[in-house]
Amino acid sequence: MKELMELFWVFAQIGVGTFGGGYAMLPMLQREVVDKRGWATEEEVMDYYAIGQCTPGIIAINTATFVGYKRKGLSGGILASLGFLFPSIVIITLIAAFMQNFAELTVVSRAFSGIRICVCALILDAVLRLGKKSVVNAVSVVIFAVILLLSLFSPISTVWLVIGAGVCGYVIYLTGGKKK
Amino acid sequence: MMTLIQLCIEFFKTGLFAVGGGLATLPFLYEMSEKTGWFTEQDILNLIAISESTPGAIGINMATYAGYITEGVIGGIMATLALACPSIIVIILISKFLDRFKDSPVVQGIFQGLRPASTGLIAAAGLGVAKLALLNLDVYEATGNLTDILDLPSIAYAVIIFVCMRKFKLHTLLCIGISAVVGIAVGF
Repeated sequence: MKELMELFWVFAQIGVGTFGGGYAMLPMLQREVVDKRGWATEEEVMDYYAIGQCTPGIIAINTATFVGYKRKGLSGGILASLGFLFPSIVIITLIAAFMQNFAELTVVSRAFSGIRICVCALILDAVLRLGKKSVVNAVSVVIFAVILLLSLFSPISTVWLVIGAGVCGYVIYLTGGKKK
Repeated sequence: MMTLIQLCIEFFKTGLFAVGGGLATLPFLYEMSEKTGWFTEQDILNLIAISESTPGAIGINMATYAGYITEGVIGGIMATLALACPSIIVIILISKFLDRFKDSPVVQGIFQGLRPASTGLIAAAGLGVAKLALLNLDVYEATGNLTDILDLPSIAYAVIIFVCMRKFKLHTLLCIGISAVVGIAVGF
């Protein structure tokens, strides 16, 4: 029970720190889940993330469910997801009820101009950490670069990029180039 | 009551078929707005703006907002839960599968491809944010002057916060809080 509450609470915090879409949850996920609590490894976070991209639903919820499930089974998966949803529901309900013009407030847009810069720094930090673990040999450098460029400059959906990368991994395994 | 059930069904469907992140829910929302008239296109645009300046994933914020304006607080909660439901079910099934096969060399092989891809996608998302936060593309377009393209104060602040974050291991929420205050004070 205590662990379930902790799952809820940790993911509620991650929910509060996720500005600007699912990607922004990563830095907090690394700190709270990987570093502080050891609930998942850096590699697992990447796996969850890639799977979350090409399965239905909101990526952040998919990731929360993965971590919660691994920790405490079904109820863990559900509570971690509910924890992530909780701050959003509260904040958006308050805004919808009292401040429909929220996004136009000067103080909000100024605060957000600062937060956006912080999000850049956070994502850079997350990418450096993940890169150290995932971009380790020639093949992975190529996959990283190709996916980065396609994602930036082509209209191909992320779903196909992830599936393509998975197929590459499989083919490389089949051809037996790398044992691991 | 009927609307509430309908609301849940519609958002459950969105959760089930929107693959690839928050913005993938947008086409579903436009369709919903047309079909049901629960909210207008203007509401959707309004909500994109709100989502960008509040925490939480965009898809979730959309569900809460749309649910709230149609059926009040209960509507907001139910629509959000309905949206999250398919994710939870699908991921739990995948988790069960992975528990069994994660040590198989095939699955390991696939992950060797997925991990650098995952990193690449996150890097791309980061560059997207950086373009908005650290470059003055509109100024550059107006003046055509290449030196105007860099938003120097923003870049300087990005470097400062990045160094602080790594060096002092500041809590993420603290970094965000500080940045909000600096943003209000300076106005990047």
